[in-house]
Amino acid sequence: MRGIFLNSAYFGLVISIIGYAIGVILNKKLKIYFLNPLLISIIFIIVFLLIFNIDFENYNQGGKYLSYFLTPATVCFAIPLYQQLELLKKNMKAIIFGLSAGVLLSLGSILGLSYLFNLTHTHYVTLIPKSITTAIGIGLSEELGGIKTITVAAIIITGVFGNISAVGICKIFKIKEPIAVGLAIGSSSHAMRTSKAIEIGEIEGAMSSLSVAVSGLLTVITSIFASFL
Amino acid sequence: MWVIYCGKEVTIMKYVFQLSIILAITFLGEVIYKLLPLPILGSIYGLVIMLLCLKTKIIKLEKVKRIGDFMLEIMPLMFIPAAVGLLNVWDELIDILLPIITITLLSTIVVMVTTGKITQLIINKGKGG
Repeated sequence: MRGIFLNSAYFGLVISIIGYAIGVILNKKLKIYFLNPLLISIIFIIVFLLIFNIDFENYNQGGKYLSYFLTPATVCFAIPLYQQLELLKKNMKAIIFGLSAGVLLSLGSILGLSYLFNLTHTHYVTLIPKSITTAIGIGLSEELGGIKTITVAAIIITGVFGNISAVGICKIFKIKEPIAVGLAIGSSSHAMRTSKAIEIGEIEGAMSSLSVAVSGLLTVITSIFASFL
Repeated sequence: MWVIYCGKEVTIMKYVFQLSIILAITFLGEVIYKLLPLPILGSIYGLVIMLLCLKTKIIKLEKVKRIGDFMLEIMPLMFIPAAVGLLNVWDELIDILLPIITITLLSTIVVMVTTGKITQLIINKGKGG
């Protein structure tokens, strides 16, 4: 009986979708914003696999098909980017300088802190993509020779933390300009938090999703050089 | 042939067509990735190609928008398998958990503040001058 379940590739697919559905429902019901659907579903599936003593390999037979769709989904980031092209052109200078500084400091701080903590090169390149959207992050981590699951963990920690702290940090450091707030949230804590920026305001939301795509591109370009460090 | 059917069939074909465009561009991106010796991901090539096609109106926005928005919306679902993979690297993760959390939190704050401050500075300067 067990074998029938485990050998079917659909097991991984179904459990992922059920997990995500539970995540979405709980997130709506509980209204605790750092418990986002992704976090809930990951915890649910890991606990489920541990309780029933199921190997990750069995789960991933079906799960991997979900991962395949990350590439076309990333291509679709072109759509919001295209829709906000006007806004991008209008604030070109501010956006490019702001995001470049953010990306460089992200790499710099990760490099510096990795030295401080004596991390290996593998762990360092694993952390590089942490501020960019998961779709690009996973691919980038693999490309650089990192451990992609740890990259995902770092991205989720970043997203959850960004969600909780974004408003407070912008207040403390007196970042008020809507475009600046949107870019700050988008570049530091990627797509997962873009919804947070949308809650704050329309311009913030637009700038945040724009910065996800742009800083994603910038990170890919610069980190290729950074990976040699 | 599907023109013979009315309403629903045509709509479904439309979505199939939208998905095909997105997948075709993804494929093109992957091919470029294999052909060029650069370590840039196939998805990034695809993103740029899609943006260029939209900008030059080779592909009209409404030809990809519906399925594209849908894909972006259900994206978190696609991250689940990679994250569940933490099960397999748990032993390795435990050893470096503290540094990873510290680095992640600190660099998030640094990036947020720098990006916000610099953008604000440039925008305000533009307004003043």
